Amino acid sequence: MDAGTIVSIQKLCKSYHRGNQVIPVLSDISFDIAEGEFLALMGPSGSGKSTLLNLIAGIDQPDSGSIVIGDVDVTTLAETELAKWRALNVGFIFQFYNLIPVLTAFENVELPLLLTPLSRSERKAHVEMALRVVGLADRMDHYPSQLSGGQEQRVAIARAIVTDPTILVADEPTGDLDRNSAEEIMDLMDRLNEESKKTIIMVTHDPRAAKKAHVIRHLDKGILTNADPQDTL
Amino acid sequence: MQILKILFKNAFRHKLRTGLTVLSITIALLAFGLLRTVINAWYSGVEASSAYRLVTRNAVSIMFPLPYSYKDRIRQVDGVSEVSWGNWFGGIYIDEKNFFANFAVDARTYFDLYREYAIPDDERTAFFRDRKGFVAGRKLAERFGWKIGDTVVLKGTIYPGNWEFVMRGIYRGREPNADETVFMFHWDYLNESLKKTAPRRADQVGFYMVGIEDPGRAISIAEAIDALFKNSFAETITETEKAFTLGFVAMSDTIITAIQLVSFVVIVIILAVVANTVAMSVRERTNEYAVFKTLGFGGWRIVGLILGESVVITTMGCAVGIAATYPAAALFGKAMGAYFPVFNVEPDTIVLDIVFSLAVGVLAAVIPVYRTLKMKIADGLRMIE
Ligand SMILES: Nc1ncnc2c1ncn2[C@@H]1O[C@H](COP(=O)(O)OP(=O)(O)OP(=O)(O)O)[C@@H](O)[C@H]1O
Ligand SMILES: [Mg+2]
Repeated sequence: MDAGTIVSIQKLCKSYHRGNQVIPVLSDISFDIAEGEFLALMGPSGSGKSTLLNLIAGIDQPDSGSIVIGDVDVTTLAETELAKWRALNVGFIFQFYNLIPVLTAFENVELPLLLTPLSRSERKAHVEMALRVVGLADRMDHYPSQLSGGQEQRVAIARAIVTDPTILVADEPTGDLDRNSAEEIMDLMDRLNEESKKTIIMVTHDPRAAKKAHVIRHLDKGILTNADPQDTL
Repeated sequence: MQILKILFKNAFRHKLRTGLTVLSITIALLAFGLLRTVINAWYSGVEASSAYRLVTRNAVSIMFPLPYSYKDRIRQVDGVSEVSWGNWFGGIYIDEKNFFANFAVDARTYFDLYREYAIPDDERTAFFRDRKGFVAGRKLAERFGWKIGDTVVLKGTIYPGNWEFVMRGIYRGREPNADETVFMFHWDYLNESLKKTAPRRADQVGFYMVGIEDPGRAISIAEAIDALFKNSFAETITETEKAFTLGFVAMSDTIITAIQLVSFVVIVIILAVVANTVAMSVRERTNEYAVFKTLGFGGWRIVGLILGESVVITTMGCAVGIAATYPAAALFGKAMGAYFPVFNVEPDTIVLDIVFSLAVGVLAAVIPVYRTLKMKIADGLRMIE
């Protein structure tokens, strides 16, 4: 693993079983992600983008191959260890925000911190900081239903960054947003990458979103191809 | 702490659904509580019976009397401390629907033997002095608004004629399960009247109540009493007061079993209702639980969230159900006072209410918890509501 490499994926294979039928999704995927990189994963629907992202994020297990993040091969971790590892190292951003509807923006962002030994006042400081970064310090007490889609996604981003994770993963973070909100979200992701040096791995269909990324990789039928951001324009 | 907050909020997310579930638990526990109270009321006589008393009756049937002369022979049996006697009078007050138990008893020995009935000294003296006097239990006196000095006429069914009595006292139970609905008058009054009107029926006793010193010897004493009258024209059966009372009650054992069965069926139905509510809620929130797991929430926290929500719902139903059981039982007891002299909600019933609602809360969560723990995060996240 090169110095400056944060994620190293080797010979990754994943298939699903439907009855006794085997559906190969990812076949022999290998690539590295440098620390501080902003990577966009693109490709047609069903090409395995979400599957790959989930494997990197440690919420799914491959059939074979390894994924080393930092200095941990996450494919070797048992479920409970993996859960602990995720809590410390991965920030998730989903297409449909996936905020907990009965919790306020503040409480949603606080969720991952409940698993840390931080005191209540320390948690408060972290949550307020994260919400300030996404520009929603004034909406702390709002429930998800009282926020716009773009605002909800910003809360979700605050939740993803509040633990200061090693990597941020985002699965079509602008997929459910109008163009303006999508642009705001992409600017925010860009800023997180530029200013806070966050490593971001993002699946997207949106070329405009991908434009913010430094590296674009295409996935097609489980095979990875490299591409320059300019190519997609 | 936050987990607690989340599970509470989850429990109230669908207010109508939760409300209806809570309501059904309430109704179920209310039904359960009332049924149990009815059973307890039915057996209250048995519960109230004393181990220090035996009852001697005619071996053929309680319908057949025993000679009055037996009392002296029973008293001589070793281990017997006191003998009292009485007859079921079966009088009707104005109308048959006013039913209550009325006995002719030997007052002095009776109140010696039945210490659980408390009667003020002056009233007791007044009662002993008045041949036509009677005493009534507190509840009975309240039911008909009788005051001391009132004249009450009972129409005899076993002993024909209109019998006039004067209220001389009101007794109270020292224990909560004591029967406060009995009407008692002097056996001597009955016997002397019979001597005049129907001499062949005089000097006959319905049953003897026998006080003993040592409950451990109850069986041998009973055998000794029955041996006295073996091969006489009126043989006896002597048994503990408990066995005697049970003999009346046990006739309806099947009914009791049926009631018991129904009350447990009610609990099972409630389990189905709560299990359905919890399963529905958890299923709807599959992707939220997937998010919790994604964020690193471990198995116990997930269990806590689901189990906690389920128990919160059943606990609310339980609390309301228990709160409603007391006034409901009071109403029921008032309406059924003639049949159930003692109608109290027993602590046991409340304990069972709590145990059952906790058990239902836990059992209802088992399948949803299992499914959620087994669920793969990636699959759970796919489920968009
Ligand atoms: N749990 C599963 N069981 C069976 N097949 C699955 C499962 N999850 C994904 N697949 C299949 O794997 C393939 C890749 O799915 P994946 O979700 O990774 O695609 P994707 O590139 O993210 O698509 P999209 O752009 O539509 O989100 C698809 O053919 C899908 O049907
Ligand atoms: Mg996808």
